[in-house]
Amino acid sequence: MREKLVVIGNGMAGMRTVEELLKIAPEKYDITVFGAEPYGNYNRIMLSPVLTGEKTVEEIMINDLDWYKENNITLYAGEDKKAVDIDRRNQKVIAADGTEAEYDRLLLATGSNPFIIPLPGHDLDGVIAFRDIADVETMLQASKEKKHAIVIGGGLLGLEAANGLMKQGMEVTVVHNLDVLMNRQLDEPSAKLLEQSLVERGLSFKMNANTSELKADENGHVKSIAFSDGEELPADLVVMAVGIRPNIELAQKVGLHCERGIVVNDTLQTFDPKIYAIGECIQHREELFGLVAPIWDQAKVAANHLAAYGIGIYRTQATSTKLKVTGIDLFSAGDFTGDDETDDIVFQDPKRGIYKKVVLKEDKIIGSVMYGDTIDGSWYFQLMKDGTNVADFRDSLLFGQAHMGDSGHAGVNAAADLPDSAEICGCNGVCKGDIVKAITEENLYTLDEVRASTKASASCGSCTGLVEQVIASTLGGDYTPSESEKTICACTNYGHDQVRDAIKPNNLKSFHAVSDFLEFSNPDGCHVCRPAINYYLLAAWPGEYEDDMASRFTNERMHANIQKDNTYTVVPRMFGGVTTAKDLRVIADAADKYDVPMVKVTGGQRIDLVGVKKEDLIPMWKDLNDAGMVSGHAYGKALRTVKTCIGSQYCRFGTQDSTGAGIRIEEMTWGSWTPAKFKIAVSGCPRNCAEATIKDVGIVAVDSGWEIYVAGNGGIKVRVSDFLVKVATEDEVLEYTGAFMQMYREQGHHNERTAPWIERVGLQYIKDEIVENAEKRKAYYEGFLLSQKFSQKDPWKERASEGVAQNDFIPLAEV
Amino acid sequence: MSKTIEIGKLTDIPKLGSRVVKTQQGNIAIFRTMEDEVFALHDSCPHKQGALSQGIVHGKSVTCPLHNWVIGLDDGEAKGHDTGCTKTFEAHQEGGMVYLVLDEV
Ligand SMILES: Cc1cc2nc3c(=O)[nH]c(=O)nc-3n(C[C@H](O)[C@H](O)[C@H](O)COP(=O)(O)OP(=O)(O)OC[C@H]3O[C@@H](n4cnc5c(N)ncnc54)[C@H](O)[C@@H]3O)c2cc1C
Ligand code: SF4
Ligand code: SF4
Ligand code: FES
Repeated sequence: MREKLVVIGNGMAGMRTVEELLKIAPEKYDITVFGAEPYGNYNRIMLSPVLTGEKTVEEIMINDLDWYKENNITLYAGEDKKAVDIDRRNQKVIAADGTEAEYDRLLLATGSNPFIIPLPGHDLDGVIAFRDIADVETMLQASKEKKHAIVIGGGLLGLEAANGLMKQGMEVTVVHNLDVLMNRQLDEPSAKLLEQSLVERGLSFKMNANTSELKADENGHVKSIAFSDGEELPADLVVMAVGIRPNIELAQKVGLHCERGIVVNDTLQTFDPKIYAIGECIQHREELFGLVAPIWDQAKVAANHLAAYGIGIYRTQATSTKLKVTGIDLFSAGDFTGDDETDDIVFQDPKRGIYKKVVLKEDKIIGSVMYGDTIDGSWYFQLMKDGTNVADFRDSLLFGQAHMGDSGHAGVNAAADLPDSAEICGCNGVCKGDIVKAITEENLYTLDEVRASTKASASCGSCTGLVEQVIASTLGGDYTPSESEKTICACTNYGHDQVRDAIKPNNLKSFHAVSDFLEFSNPDGCHVCRPAINYYLLAAWPGEYEDDMASRFTNERMHANIQKDNTYTVVPRMFGGVTTAKDLRVIADAADKYDVPMVKVTGGQRIDLVGVKKEDLIPMWKDLNDAGMVSGHAYGKALRTVKTCIGSQYCRFGTQDSTGAGIRIEEMTWGSWTPAKFKIAVSGCPRNCAEATIKDVGIVAVDSGWEIYVAGNGGIKVRVSDFLVKVATEDEVLEYTGAFMQMYREQGHHNERTAPWIERVGLQYIKDEIVENAEKRKAYYEGFLLSQKFSQKDPWKERASEGVAQNDFIPLAEV
Repeated sequence: MSKTIEIGKLTDIPKLGSRVVKTQQGNIAIFRTMEDEVFALHDSCPHKQGALSQGIVHGKSVTCPLHNWVIGLDDGEAKGHDTGCTKTFEAHQEGGMVYLVLDEV
C-alpha cells in the first residue's frame, strides 16, 4: 500500500518537490495538496512580465489542473481550502472548509507574506502588495481607471512593479528610504546608472523618503501619500514592496519550532520528524530565502529524503540576481561591497552606461556587480562558485571570458561537459537534459525556438550564454549564434568563420584582397589577424596560395623557436621517437661545432639543441640535412611529434606495434600546417605509456585493434581526450587520423587547439562527419593527402641547399 | 658629425619585413612598409630586448615577437597601454637604394 504525503502550499517550492519526487519514486505516495490560491501552480517570478503585458497568466502556468489529475494528485485549491490546522498526534491536516487529509509525511511549503509597513492608512482600499496573481489583476485593473501610482520600496520587486505599472500607462513614483536603489544587490555607482536610465524611461523617484501617512478619500480609498518633509503626492494605487516575512503562522500554531522561519535541518526536516518544510517559509542555518535557485536545490534534497533514499544534504550556494526589466542589463552576485581584505577591480564608462566591479579576496572572486554589459556575469558567478584562483588572468578579468583566448580557461563553463541534470536556467528550473531533448525531438535550431519551447533563458536571461552553449554542443556545426560572433581582432568587425567563409566564394587570394574586400580598419592588419588569415588562405588554396612569410610569427619564419635571449632552438625530427647511434653522433658533432650551450631531451621524444645563434642556423641545418635529418617543426602551428611507447616489438604487455604505427603516422602527417600545434601519440596497450589521452589524436592499442581518441590537451588546462572510434587495422588508423586533422584544418579557428574546437562544435558533430559518414571521411582523408603533397617539403633543406629566404638569416649590411 | 651610409637595395628587404644592419652601436633593424617607406630602429624591444626585426610589420608599427608589444616605426614608442621607447635612426630610400644616417662615434 502506498504511503500518504500531504503538501501544504501549491507554490513553486512545494510543487517542485513533488515533481522531483515523482521522478525518483513515482509509486511511493498518494499525494494530496492544499493550496490557498485557486489555480494549479504557476511561475511566480514571471508575474513581472505579466504585469508589463509581455506574458499572459496562461503562459506562466507551470502545472495546470490536468497535470495533477494525470499524476493522481488530489488538489484542494482555493481560499476555503487553506490549511488551518494540523493534528500532529493523529497525523492529519484540516482545511478552512473542514476538508481533512491524513498523512504519513507532511511537507510545509507555505511561502512568505509580503511585509506591510504599519503606516496610518496601510489598510485602505488601493493599498496592495506584489505577490500573487490577484495583486497583478488589481494593478492591471487600476491602470485602466487610475493615473497615479506609488510604489514603496526601491528593491527588485518594487522596481519591477513600477516598470510594469508605467508600461500600463500610469504615472509612477518610486519611494525609497535610502539613497541607493536595490541596495541589497547594487553599490552606489551601479545604482546611480540604474536610477538614471529608469528616469529616462519615465519613472520618478523620491529617495531618502520618510513616509508618514497614507490618506483616504471619502470612500475609504487611498488618495495621497504624505512624507515627513511635508510633501504630499497624489496616489490612486499604492504598492508596498518592502520585503517578505516567512509564512509560519500555521507551523507556530501547531507548535513546530520556529524562529524567523520554520527551523529545518540539512535534510529539510522540521523538529517533528514526520514533517518537512521547504522554500521561503523555512530557516536553515540562520538563513532565510527569497529566490528560486536555492529552493530548487532544497527540492532535490527534500524529495530524496521523502523517497527514503536518505542521501543528500542541503547547503546554501551563492545566488545571483538580475532585474527583469526589459532593456536593462544588471547582474549582481555575492559580496559586492568588500572590506579591508578585499580588492575591487572596477571598470567604468559612464558615457556608454557601463559599470563592472569584481571583488577579489586572495585572488578569488567573492562578488560582482555589473551594469550595462552583463555578458560575463555567469562566468564570474561560476568562477566565484568554483573558488577558482584568478591570479593568472586577473589583469584581463574585466575584459571578460571572450578575452581569454586559447584553450587555457575555455573549459570553465563549457556546457558540453555538464551532466543532463545540471540546471541551466534557474528562473524556470530548466535542466540541460530538458534543452537537449527539446532540441533533438522538436528539431530546434535557434535560441528563440529553444526559449519558446523550454522557457530556458526566457525570464531573466542571465543564462542565455549557457543556453547557447548547450545548443551549440547539441547541434554541433549547424548552430549559428544569434549574437554577432566574436571578431578576430580590432582591425575588423568580422569573426573567424565569417572571414573564412568570404575567402573562397569571392576568390580572395591574398591578405590585402581579404582586408580590402571586408574593409578592415587597418589595411595591413595586425599580428593577430595577419597570421590567421594567412592560414585560412593556405588552407583554402592548397598548392596555389604562397605562404606569406611576413605574416608568419618569427618561429615559423626562422623554422626554429625563438628564446628569450633572441637565440633559437633546433630540433631534428625523429620519426616515432626512434633514433640511431649514427644520428646521435651527428647531433653531438653539431652541438660541438656550433657551441650549443644546452642539449635537452624534449617532452615529445626528441633532442633539442638550445641557444643557437641566428647566423648558425643555416650551416647547422646543412650538416643535419647531409646526414639525412629534417626539421622537427617544433616551432610551428603544425604537426609536432608522434610520441610512441615501445609496444609489442619489445614490451611484454604490448598488443600491437605502436612504434611502427607511430612512424607510419608521422611519415604521413609531418609538414602539415594546422590552426594550432598538433600532437599525436600511440600506445601499445591500455597502460598508455605514451600518454596518448592528452594528445590531439591519441591511439591506444587493444587486443583486437586500435582505439582512437581526439582533442586531448596537456596545456594550461588539461583535457582528457574523447573516444572517437575503435578500428581493426593500421590503415584505418591512418585514414581516421588524416580525416580528423583535415576537418580541424578546414574548420578550426586560427590559434584554437583541438580541445576548445571540439568544445565549440561538439564531439557528436565530429562523429557524424567522420565516423557515421564513410564517404565524408574518405573525402576529408583525400583532402588531407592532397595538401600534404604541397607541404611535405623540408624547410631546412629549402633554406640550406635551395637558397630559399636566406636573406632572413644574414644581416643586410655591416657598417 | 653624422654620415649617410648606403646599406643595400630596397628589394633586399621584404615588404612588411625587416633586415638587420650590424653597427658598432649595436644591431639596427631596417623596416619596409607596404608603401615602401623605410624606417630604422635599434633592434631591441623596450620591454625585454626582443629582436624587433623578427616581428610582424603592419602599417607603421611592428609587433615584438617575444610578448607582442607594438612599437611605432616612426617614433620608437610602445603603443597602447605599454610604455617604453626604442632608439630611432634616420633612414630613407632613393632610387631603389636604402640609406641610413649614423652619428660618428
Ligand atoms: C513578483 C515577483 C517576482 C519575483 N522574481 C524573482 C526572480 O526574478 N528570481 C527569483 O529567484 N525569485 C523571484 N521571486 C521570488 C520567488 O517567486 C519565490 O522565492 C518563490 O516563489 C518561493 O516559493 P515558495 O513555494 O516558497 O512560495 P510561494 O511560491 O509563495 O508558494 C507558497 C504557496 O503556499 C500557499 N499557502 C500559504 N499558506 C497556505 C496554507 N496555510 N494552506 C494552503 N496554502 C497555503 C500560498 O498561497 C502560495 O501559493 C519573485 C517573487 C515575486 C512575488
Ligand atoms: S603502453 Fe603498454 S605496450 Fe606500450 S610500453 Fe606501456 S605497457 Fe608496453
Ligand atoms: S612550460 Fe612554460 S616555461 Fe616551460 S617551455 Fe613551456 S612555456 Fe616555456
Ligand atoms: S621583449 Fe618585446 S614585448 Fe617583451
